[in-house]
Amino acid sequence: MAIEATKKLGLNVSQKNNMAVAELLSTATLVRQGAEARLYRTEFLGKPTIVKERFPKRYRHRALDEKLTHRRTVQEVRSILRCRKAGISVPVVYFVDYSTHCIFLEEFVGYSTVRDHITSVQRSKSSQDQNLEWLAQRIGQILAKMHDEDVIHGDLTTSNMLLKGGSEDQDSELVLLDFGLSYISVLPEDKGVDLYVLEKAFLSTHPNTEALFQKLLKSYIMSSKKSQVVMKKLDEVRVRGRKRSMVG
Amino acid sequence: IYSISKYATKYLTCPMTVVIGFEGSANKIGIGIIRDGEVLSNPRRTYITPPGQGFMPSDTARHHRAVILTVLKEALDQAGLKPADIDCVAYTKGPGMGAPLVTVALVARTVAQLWGKPLLGVNHCIGHIEMGRLITKANNPTVLYVSGGNTQVIAYSERRYRIFGETIDIAVGNCLDRFARVIKISNDPSPGYNIEQMAKKGSQYVELPYTVKGMDVSFSGILSYIEAMAHKMLSSGQCTAEDLCFSLQETLFTMLVEITERAMAHCGSQEVLIVGGVGCNLRLQEMMGVMCQERGAKLFATDERFCIDNGAMIAQAGWEMFRSGKVTELEDSWITQRYRTDEVEVTWRD
Repeated sequence: MAIEATKKLGLNVSQKNNMAVAELLSTATLVRQGAEARLYRTEFLGKPTIVKERFPKRYRHRALDEKLTHRRTVQEVRSILRCRKAGISVPVVYFVDYSTHCIFLEEFVGYSTVRDHITSVQRSKSSQDQNLEWLAQRIGQILAKMHDEDVIHGDLTTSNMLLKGGSEDQDSELVLLDFGLSYISVLPEDKGVDLYVLEKAFLSTHPNTEALFQKLLKSYIMSSKKSQVVMKKLDEVRVRGRKRSMVG
Repeated sequence: IYSISKYATKYLTCPMTVVIGFEGSANKIGIGIIRDGEVLSNPRRTYITPPGQGFMPSDTARHHRAVILTVLKEALDQAGLKPADIDCVAYTKGPGMGAPLVTVALVARTVAQLWGKPLLGVNHCIGHIEMGRLITKANNPTVLYVSGGNTQVIAYSERRYRIFGETIDIAVGNCLDRFARVIKISNDPSPGYNIEQMAKKGSQYVELPYTVKGMDVSFSGILSYIEAMAHKMLSSGQCTAEDLCFSLQETLFTMLVEITERAMAHCGSQEVLIVGGVGCNLRLQEMMGVMCQERGAKLFATDERFCIDNGAMIAQAGWEMFRSGKVTELEDSWITQRYRTDEVEVTWRD
């Protein structure tokens, strides 16, 4: 029905897309409203799909908001495609609408975040480290592969990684998400900062996991061809926060 | 570094506790007196340098030395109190600039011994947070602490004020102050205040570098860019100084609102408290307010009496610490330039 209407009004392609996307979203289910975007669940081309909609942020100056929203949509798609080509587990991109800043992504049904997984393992009284060591190893491996592709994620947290739900299966797929702050860089400094962001998010979200995170880094070092320089930079970035003279 | 106060049992049962706080970690010297959540006095002086110049440690310390005893007398007179009425002497242990911190700590130690009162070394950042909590009555907010020396997003969890996001290089206030120097904006009453007034008259948005890394921010890039480009842009007539002030504020504050929002989403928080000198900025408060409204959250902010470094905030944090049984022995009453917010055990909260 929307398609006939748009034909009658003689709208151009992007306007047609706009209306089609809006109509689709009106029938979709809102899953979550994050800080950056709204996530909807729907079906697209017969497949379970998550639509990530970057909505306008009213507190920002309009020009800045448009620039940021557009740039992040583009960067996210670009980085996901680059990772896919390198064989890193990321969602498939089905469709992108640049006028509404919506990305249509593969939905991983029955997966939960690594954050939830770690929290539930820590809550259960069984020996945690053994149950999580394999996970730390896998995360280290996947990040090493990503950095070797010169993709900087920019927002690494355990909420941005998915695992097949409730699984002790150590072969299950680990998926990376949320590439909105990502960019391409060869600099070890940027890779070090990327790991630093994860370290802070990891340790502040999951208490008493310092040893586990060390295992993650060890796995990264073993899997990456350029890890020595990156680790050196990570040490530098860690100290920078503490060395800074805090005045005022 | 803290021992259980021999005064503890006395003061936990006694209803009225009066604490005097000494603050001078940067260019403001303030002494304030608090009695059970009431600010009895809070006088302050600011060391202001000519346009284009920042303040140096030794000159700042010299300034503080010259006025501190006058400010001390003002604090007691305005509160209508005598030294005997004071229960505890709190001072800024750190972080901050070495020479000014030493100057103030010296006076605090001296009066504590003269008056026979216990000493308490307070973390400057925690002073801001506790004052914000007292004035606004915010329950358990996500705190954005922004000043010339610090930029942190803090949330309380299990006996610590944990830092969820921060600047990985310079503070936002430092970025603003150094930009003011480049185009010789007056430092009176403060460079940030003058940038805010000029920004109100700006209209053209000039694109500037924007750097958010996860829950952290970086300001050195935008500073180097604007330091290099400002004169070119002004002399070519591309934009006015007011436009630059406007664009800089919009960009910097958007970065701050963004990392605050991320921390809120991460912690599931519904309250935001802005503290620190940059928190006086009404545009920042406005932007944060819009973000909060969209999330159904509440914004808390204070005015320049308490946003800007002051003695009462040290007194308030000291009051909390003292009432929970802490004192600082004389041999432990040193100062430190580096003192992380999360190093302090917050014994006065659950």
